Amino acid sequence: MNDTAVTTTPDGRTIGGVLMEMKHITLRFGGVEAIKDISFDIREGEIRAIIGPNGAGKSSMLNIISGFYVPQEGEVWFRGVKRPPMKPFQVAKLGIARTFQNIALFDGMSVLDNVMTGRLTHMSSGLFGQALWWGHAQAEEVENRAKVERIIDFLEIQNIRKTPVARLPYGLKKRVELARALAAEPSLLLLDEPMAGMNVEEKEDMSRFILDVNDEFGTTIALIEHDMGVVMDISDRVVVMDYGKKIGDGTPDEVRANQDVIDAYLGVAHD
Amino acid sequence: MPDTLLFAIEVTLNGLMAGVLYALVALGFVLIFKASGVFNYAQGVMALFAALTLVGIMEGQVPFGHLLNVIFGTELTTFGWTLPSVVGILLTMGVMVVLAILIEKLILKHLVNQPDIILFMATIGLAYFMEGFGDLMWGSDIKKLDVGLPQGISDVIDTTTFGWFGYGFFIDKLDITATVVAALLVTVLVLFSQYTKQGRAMRAVADDHQAALSVGISLRFIWVLVWSIAGFVALVAGIMWGAKSGVQFSLSLIALKALPVLMLGGFTSIPGAIVGGLIIGVGEKLFEFFIGPMVGGATENWFAYVLALLFLVFRPQGLFGERIIERV
Ligand SMILES: Nc1ncnc2c1ncn2[C@@H]1O[C@H](COP(=O)(O)OP(=O)(O)O)[C@@H](O)[C@H]1O
Ligand SMILES: [Mg+2]
Repeated sequence: MNDTAVTTTPDGRTIGGVLMEMKHITLRFGGVEAIKDISFDIREGEIRAIIGPNGAGKSSMLNIISGFYVPQEGEVWFRGVKRPPMKPFQVAKLGIARTFQNIALFDGMSVLDNVMTGRLTHMSSGLFGQALWWGHAQAEEVENRAKVERIIDFLEIQNIRKTPVARLPYGLKKRVELARALAAEPSLLLLDEPMAGMNVEEKEDMSRFILDVNDEFGTTIALIEHDMGVVMDISDRVVVMDYGKKIGDGTPDEVRANQDVIDAYLGVAHD
Repeated sequence: MPDTLLFAIEVTLNGLMAGVLYALVALGFVLIFKASGVFNYAQGVMALFAALTLVGIMEGQVPFGHLLNVIFGTELTTFGWTLPSVVGILLTMGVMVVLAILIEKLILKHLVNQPDIILFMATIGLAYFMEGFGDLMWGSDIKKLDVGLPQGISDVIDTTTFGWFGYGFFIDKLDITATVVAALLVTVLVLFSQYTKQGRAMRAVADDHQAALSVGISLRFIWVLVWSIAGFVALVAGIMWGAKSGVQFSLSLIALKALPVLMLGGFTSIPGAIVGGLIIGVGEKLFEFFIGPMVGGATENWFAYVLALLFLVFRPQGLFGERIIERV
């Protein structure tokens, strides 16, 4: 595959050129090397998984992409340009949305308000603009509201729209967090263990939503999961990490056949 | 109606209006605490500073005049203008915004992720710095603040109530104005936080920093915004207090009454700040009225703190604060 090649998946979706590329990323916390010289890319329109055992450095990688962590070495390229160091809010404005491994919702707000915050990057009116152009701000609000309602319908959470999120069960919270990220209409969606802690049925629902999002909106998705099974079913390509190193990268079938990956997952002694 | 009852009602009304001022200062505390977890000890001094600046600007006083005169042997005192209060208030608000920006750039930015106690200490430092700075800039004499608010005992209320009960209530027009202004201010703040982009962002930051960042909110912008709003609330409180008892440095001490108000209302609740302010205002006036004579008076100095202490024992989260449930 080269950078601009457009490919078609077996199920008929189009995978475009490279959207994001991580080059030789190294991240340290004090003496601990959480990520060691890892490179990989994410192509437009694909579902890209990062898998690996606990502590492998998966979340750290996602945090680098979304600007929460700054790597000591390496480069982050987005849409063919090298990205300067950025704050998380600036990354969000680039059209990169995310969810967190340990759900980060606004507990004091309703589901609807939570999802509305996902539209903040699309609201143009400034402080005084809103006071002076009340009509314009209202029109914008109505438009954003309509988009949010569509996402709420899409994720089948209409019946809890007005519920304060603090009262929701874990599985639904994860879905609301996904809704908020989707509300930003991101070009790249980062999901940190969207299915962790869910029962089988919830996992199936979430898998279906992820596939539908990718299919209907063409959203590029990078997701972390440490359960091999689910991930292999829904992703186009998989990066496998272990102890901060990349030990595999390819289609699910390629990765499944990779001896290093098998060793890591079967718990063969590391040396 | 018996005279004592009527008198008690009058005391209650006066207490409510004193409470409005406590509530205003407490409101400033709550705004900043919610958005940034910082307990801003300097909120009272900000009210004082705002009032000083307003008087200075309106009367065309040369800032740092005394200092300049000492250094350069000049005799600067005033620019010789008197500005209308609207202009003065707008300019002062500008100063408060600049102050908010400076506080963010010089203090908050460098203390992100530090323990709360460090930030609290920083605001104590800020309070004393601003008090000294205000003194240096505008002088330490007591100043009269007149922005043209109605003042004096309301004759209408006096005569009307006299007609009804044979006893005229003494209510200061300024207190009524303060109540109306405070109610307006709170309404505007609520509308702002519910219906504007920045208000929504502010609530998001108050709720969860990480999540707020992930939806594209700049924490630093929100901090400047929140400190500016707190500056605005301080300005309103400063105007009311200044009009009532002159702009003087004891204002920053009176403002510490906001502390028991917060213990009552909870540190994170805007309705709590308002109700707490009113309870303390009424409570201390009634207590002084009924119990004061028995214990030799001056109960207003300590009543609020004792009440807050009792509250701390029985309801540590305050009236409206979120319930504290220990995670185990
Ligand atoms: N903020 C942090 N401070 C210190 N160490 C961290 C931090 N975040 C992650 N780590 C360390 O980096 C390593 C990788 O963690 P993480 O990226 O969360 O792994 P994963 O998501 O694959 O389970 C772990 O050793 C973890 O303790
Ligand atoms: Mg993780």
